[in-house]
Amino acid sequence: MFVLAELKDNVRIAPDHFNLKLIDAVRDEIDRKLANKVLLNVGLCIALKEIVSLKDSTILPGDGASHTEVLFRYVVFRPRLGTIMTGKIRNCSREGVHVTLGFFDDILIPQAALQHPSRFDEAEQAWVWEYPLEDGAKHDLFMDVGEPIKFRVTREIFEETSPIGPPKAENQTAQNASTSAAAAAAAGAQEVKTPYKIIGAINESGLGVLSWWDQQNKEDDPEGKKGDDTTDYENDEDGEGACEE
Amino acid sequence: MEIVNATQSYLTNLEVMQLLQKIKSTKKKFGMRNLATVTYEALQYLEESPCKTQTCEAITSYVKDLSSYRLKSYEILQMVNDPPTSALHTQLLIDDNKAPLTDEQNGKIIELTYKHFHGLDPGPPSVAVAETTQSNSTS
Repeated sequence: MFVLAELKDNVRIAPDHFNLKLIDAVRDEIDRKLANKVLLNVGLCIALKEIVSLKDSTILPGDGASHTEVLFRYVVFRPRLGTIMTGKIRNCSREGVHVTLGFFDDILIPQAALQHPSRFDEAEQAWVWEYPLEDGAKHDLFMDVGEPIKFRVTREIFEETSPIGPPKAENQTAQNASTSAAAAAAAGAQEVKTPYKIIGAINESGLGVLSWWDQQNKEDDPEGKKGDDTTDYENDEDGEGACEE
Repeated sequence: MEIVNATQSYLTNLEVMQLLQKIKSTKKKFGMRNLATVTYEALQYLEESPCKTQTCEAITSYVKDLSSYRLKSYEILQMVNDPPTSALHTQLLIDDNKAPLTDEQNGKIIELTYKHFHGLDPGPPSVAVAETTQSNSTS
C-alpha cells in the first residue's frame, strides 16, 4: 500500500530557523510542504522517511534565507493496481459505493463493479446485493455506512489541479445580488477536482462487506469448499468482530 | 521538486506504522498541522489492521516459510500486510492462474499465518485441514 518515493528539492530555510540544526530544519520544511498533499503521478504523501543527502547551502541575492538542495525519501500512499484493501463505507450514491480509509477518502466502487446483481435502494440510500439462494429466492445484503469492506484496486486517476484562487463570492456580494453570489460560489465549488482518485471493484468471491464472508471463522461449516469453485458464504446476522480482521 | 523515483521501494504496513509512531512521539511543532493530521489518521487505520500485532522477526520468518511456494514478491508483501485466514482469502491475494494452489498448499499457508502472527483469532488449524480432506479438488 505504501511506497517509498525518492525526491529531490530545493529547501528554503528562513533565518528564524537558523538556530536549529540544518537537518532538523530541512526535515520540518519538507514535511510542512508535502505531508497530506498529493503529488501528481506519485501519490498521497504521508511522512518523511529519511534524508539521503544534502548539498551545500547557498544564499541568493536579495533573500536572507538559505537554500539547500536535498535528496530524500518520502513515504507515499499509492496502492498498486490489483491490491486488495479493507476500508469503511463512507456513503452510497447512484454512481456507486464511496469507501474511505480514514486518511484517504476518494475511493469509489462504481456500480458496474459491484457484486452482481445489485440494486440501489433509494429509501435507504444504500446499495444492496441481491444474493440468489439455491431455491430461487433472493437474499438482500445491504451495504451500510460504516461497514468494513474489502475491495480490489482497479484504477488510479491523477488529475492536475490548479491552485485555489481567491473566493469569487467576495466580488459578487458587493453588488448585493445574493443569488449571483450563491451561483458564483456554486460554480467555484464544482470546479474542485480530486487530485488522486482510486477506482475499486468488489465483483469477486471474498470481496465486499467483511461480514458476508465471515461465516467459516465463526461456525464450523461442515460443507467445506470446493477447490476452484466459488461457493458463497454469507452471514448478515452479526457483523461484529469483522473489523478486527 | 524533482521526482527521482516515484516507487523506489515498497514498504510493509508495519514499517510505516513504526515510523508514524516515532513521529507522533516527538514534540509537536508549530505549523505542522498537516503532518499531525495525516499521521493521526494513518495510525488510526494501521492500528486497526493486522500489522498492529506483527513484529519484524515474525515477518522475516513468515517470508522465509513462504519462500517455498514460488510467490511473486508483491504477493508476499500483500500477505504480510493482510495475512490470509481462509482459503478464499488466499486465492484473492495470490494470482494462481498459471499454477493453481492445491487445497493442501492453501491450508498450509493459512497455518503459517496462525503460526507467525499470534494476534489473530486462533481458529483451529484443523478447520483448514478438515476442508482439505472433505473437498474434492477439481484442479
